[in-house]
Amino acid sequence: MSRKSSYQLMQGNEAVAEGALAAGVNFFAGYPITPSTEVAEILADRLPANGGKFIQMEDEIGSIAAIIGASIGGCKTLTATSGPGFSLMQENLGFACLAEIPLVIVNVMRGGPSTGMPTSPSQGDVMQSRWGTHGDHPIIVLTPATVEEAFQYTVKAVNLAEKYRNPVILLMDEVIAHMRARVSLPPASMVEKVNRVQPNMPPEWYLPYERSATGVAPMASFGDGYRYHVTGLVHDAKGYPTANPNECRDNIRGLFTKIERGFREICMVDYECMDDAEHAIVAYGSMVLSARSALEQLRESGCKVGLIKLGTLWPFPRFALEQYLPQLKTILVPELNMGQIYREVLRVNAGKAVIEKLNRVNGTLITPNEIVKTVKGLIR
Amino acid sequence: MSQTTTEIRLAGSGGQGLITAGIILAEAAIFDNKNVVQSQSYGPEARGGASRAEIIIADGPIFFPKATWVDIFLAMSQKACDQYSFDIKNEGIFIVDTTYVKQIPTSSAVAIPISSATREKFGKELFSNIVALGVICEVCKVVSAKALKAAISNRVPAGTEKINLEAFAFGQKLAKEALKNHNGAENEAIEADT
Repeated sequence: MSRKSSYQLMQGNEAVAEGALAAGVNFFAGYPITPSTEVAEILADRLPANGGKFIQMEDEIGSIAAIIGASIGGCKTLTATSGPGFSLMQENLGFACLAEIPLVIVNVMRGGPSTGMPTSPSQGDVMQSRWGTHGDHPIIVLTPATVEEAFQYTVKAVNLAEKYRNPVILLMDEVIAHMRARVSLPPASMVEKVNRVQPNMPPEWYLPYERSATGVAPMASFGDGYRYHVTGLVHDAKGYPTANPNECRDNIRGLFTKIERGFREICMVDYECMDDAEHAIVAYGSMVLSARSALEQLRESGCKVGLIKLGTLWPFPRFALEQYLPQLKTILVPELNMGQIYREVLRVNAGKAVIEKLNRVNGTLITPNEIVKTVKGLIR
Repeated sequence: MSQTTTEIRLAGSGGQGLITAGIILAEAAIFDNKNVVQSQSYGPEARGGASRAEIIIADGPIFFPKATWVDIFLAMSQKACDQYSFDIKNEGIFIVDTTYVKQIPTSSAVAIPISSATREKFGKELFSNIVALGVICEVCKVVSAKALKAAISNRVPAGTEKINLEAFAFGQKLAKEALKNHNGAENEAIEADT
């Protein structure tokens, strides 16, 4: 009996809650929705016990508004929702992008559109996570493929939000959120924690949107004596609305520049059996699990197939594909949608390899055997 | 998929506690030092819809989290039995709760009135899922009784450990009797044939 072993049975959503706590999240506001509810349920219990705050809001609009406010107040913040709630959050998500507020939105994707299939897996929100809010803006979207990664990526999401003063979306599908697996998590003391850069000049010299060399402006917490203006209007370095074309340009371009500088750090990609691969499967989320199982079978039967596993969806890690394009004949993109990352793969491929999609929108997974069959058909 | 992999599916209707049973079974596998993945599928209803839990136990890594070629199948409703028994291995173990499954698709099924026996013994069907775990443990030996008991104590609401462990033992007893009859019936058939 090894009840005290470091291994435990843990659910994906539970791992997200543990990751949030380990990363130092101390404020959660949300509205429960399947299949993300366990994140709120666990944090409702654990956050207050650890000195944090948990608020159940009236809806998802209020939820994101509350975490924006708490983040400006100096908290590390997170909310969890699913497609219908994520739709309601889009307006304030745009506000957080422009005002450069660090926060994490966990969106556990379920079948859509609308109320859709509340308990069934889907990957239909990939493009919504990129372009759901209006206006030109960069966004960071991470997508875990195992329970252990649900923990690691939540920590990473909080850290990236803090470092880049940008909203980060943790995009999970229902399978990863609800499956339970044997995991061993590091103690919270071993987890890397990144805190936003605070101003060190006197308050009267502080310019809240004056970017440092990293491209990110130090962020004062309300209540710390730094008085400044936060707005959804395009603003100058002081945070006040401006119509000056140069200042408007600096504001919007600055949003992009900070993410471009961090591109390599933000992009998480894993490669499996790619060295001699002539064919690749590009997968993310639960499709990685199907693809890994398929890969094992395909390699056993002598097919030179590899897996490019996307941990970051946005910004799209184009280098992951580009470096292998010269050796690849075909690429298969299995997705639980009608082909959203497929379009990105097509764009980066620019006609070099044959790209095929494998899609499913019936609320069930694509099985390893289906991938094996499709890849073998492509090879032939 | 390596030979040491066991795929288990527990199917019934929402409210019967089969997802809880699946979680307990998965945790027991960890206590037995095995690798495990548990997944579930259910409808938006709190009670009554089709519900199933799947557990994959292996010595090595497990990638795909859903059962595709089932070794052990428990059906606790007719609908679940009809809907989810298409991918059971020929040599797989088929357990049915005859309280709710009246049309059994195979004569090799281990047929036990799990829910009605539970009601008779404990006055309610609430413990049927734990009784079912006792049955599975006895019939399949896929995880140890010791690990299952530890997982039950760990996962049931505080204060109900004792009665749940009784339910587990009751399930083991039901299975033992059923297996005796099951094997007996097979022997009879052979005798009749000669």
